[in-house]
Amino acid sequence: MFIGLYNYWVVIVLMMVGFYIVIAHGNLIKKIVGLSIFQTSVFIFYISMAKVDGGSAPILADEINQYSNPLPQVLILTAIVVGIATTALALALAVRIKEAYGSIEEDEIQKQDNLD
Amino acid sequence: MIVHLPILQVIIPLMAAPLCLLLTRPRLAWLFSLIASGLAFLISGMLLQQVMTSGTIIYEMGGWEAPWGIEYRIDQLNALLLLIISALSTIVLFAAETSIHKEIPADKHTLFYVLYLLSLAAMLGIVATGDAFNVFVFLEISSLSAYALIALGQDRRALWASYQYLIMGTIGATFILIGIGLMYQMTGTLNMYDLSIRLPEVAQTRTVFTAFAFVIVGICLKLAMFPLHLWLPNAYAYAPSIVTAFFAATATKVAIYLLIRFTFSVFGLSFSFTHLPLQLLFVTLGLVGVFVASTAAIYQTNVKHLFAYSSIAQIGYMIVGFSISTAAGLTATLLHLFNHALMKGALFLALGAVMYRIGSTQLSNFQGLGRQMPVTMAAIVIGGLSLIGVPLTVGFVSKWYLVLAVIENGWWPVAVLILAGSLLAIVYVWRIVEVAYFKPALAGTETIQEAPLSFLIPVWTLVIANIYFGIDTRLSVQVAQAASQSLFGVSP
Repeated sequence: MFIGLYNYWVVIVLMMVGFYIVIAHGNLIKKIVGLSIFQTSVFIFYISMAKVDGGSAPILADEINQYSNPLPQVLILTAIVVGIATTALALALAVRIKEAYGSIEEDEIQKQDNLD
Repeated sequence: MIVHLPILQVIIPLMAAPLCLLLTRPRLAWLFSLIASGLAFLISGMLLQQVMTSGTIIYEMGGWEAPWGIEYRIDQLNALLLLIISALSTIVLFAAETSIHKEIPADKHTLFYVLYLLSLAAMLGIVATGDAFNVFVFLEISSLSAYALIALGQDRRALWASYQYLIMGTIGATFILIGIGLMYQMTGTLNMYDLSIRLPEVAQTRTVFTAFAFVIVGICLKLAMFPLHLWLPNAYAYAPSIVTAFFAATATKVAIYLLIRFTFSVFGLSFSFTHLPLQLLFVTLGLVGVFVASTAAIYQTNVKHLFAYSSIAQIGYMIVGFSISTAAGLTATLLHLFNHALMKGALFLALGAVMYRIGSTQLSNFQGLGRQMPVTMAAIVIGGLSLIGVPLTVGFVSKWYLVLAVIENGWWPVAVLILAGSLLAIVYVWRIVEVAYFKPALAGTETIQEAPLSFLIPVWTLVIANIYFGIDTRLSVQVAQAASQSLFGVSP
């Protein structure tokens, strides 16, 4: 049960760790890190489900007769690109927020907004 | 050529976006984007006509047959949504050049059009595609460009609103990705039509229930359904006026489309509504959303905030129509979707005109505007009446169909609550009217003039559409009914 589904347990743990960081931390950079971990867990999930025990990459060769499913890996390549774009944009926003507010702490920013 | 319309619809704005970068003169970039968006509008009109006469259009990308290749599947529902998005985008874009002149630094104008076109292309893509993973990719393109567009707002709070939207939006999109992964795990397909055939076979597994939960929660985050709406008010209020008008009219509609598509087509009506207490959940959340958001709207001091909360309330109505899960209820939702795009497009664009002239949308600055900017304010009043649901405006038509559908289902208390919700709309619209028409103008504002024509033409186009479709409902009702019936026809 545990060993057989090892990857999936890792996925769940990472997902919860990432999600918790996004919710619980007030620091904008830490939130972005949490978000990245959260997304990465989904990548691992896709890769894990595509793996066939003993399966190889889908190459046409005589000695290979069992293949892993390549499609989820392709999908995840796309999702990784999306993830990088999101992280880059979020970091850029964090820089701009730091310039505008002088802080990257959520409560500090909220306090300044309430004053306006 | 005519065969390739479904893909041209998406590819024209998608290709136009990078080409915009080459046009160094912002005015040229604006004209170019206007043409691209206008072409998308023309194509969507042709597609709708084609679908209404000869049924669903299936386009196989690169000649690869589905489910191996990606297919674009345009039925009545998609065609209606494509038309709404491209039409509103074109009308809003008409005013863009004037509006961003005052709100965005000059060196960013070209980039603004690039982002705008990307966002448009992605929204059209979400609607046109028949592939679940493609939906995720387009969803992220539209969201990423949305975050950047919102961050272009003048106020520094725009940055903070954009950041919060980014966090919520990414969580939502990742939830959808998890859901799609689980569906793929169970069925081995990503094609929506194929999924709808294969999912019932495995419907009673925990994996499919989990997939459903992830997809629905993810979409509801994007949709700003109460109680997942917290990102929306600030994002709308601090974004540049044009961006607000564009997103208020289109972005949430795309999310509603996804909700309908996944519950009715992909998972199927019987799975979505009989195995799960979705009906009770959605009708409750929809109604609570109407009341909480309408009440919040009454207490806002910024008119953009006010209408943003009103948008959340209107989403509540759409959710109520959706939760009835009958053809009549769905028709009401689709009608309201169409009508709400017209109302909010007109209102936020008119607010853009106010922003252009007085540089603020604080309610206190609206004093005396009824006399200084009579044409713009008249548009806001008519848009407001439509929001309330006064006869002869589109708002009345969709509320009428919604109440009828609810009563047909025997939900009398819900019908009463819907009407009570409209009373709250009277209160918040009245607040604007009172300030604009019955208070003396502030000192030093005598020089304020009527908004320029580049605003008045698109605003009044939308206002006239509000009245026209409120009187002549043939087109909108016919298409909405055809769309909802096709969904009920297909679903197992």
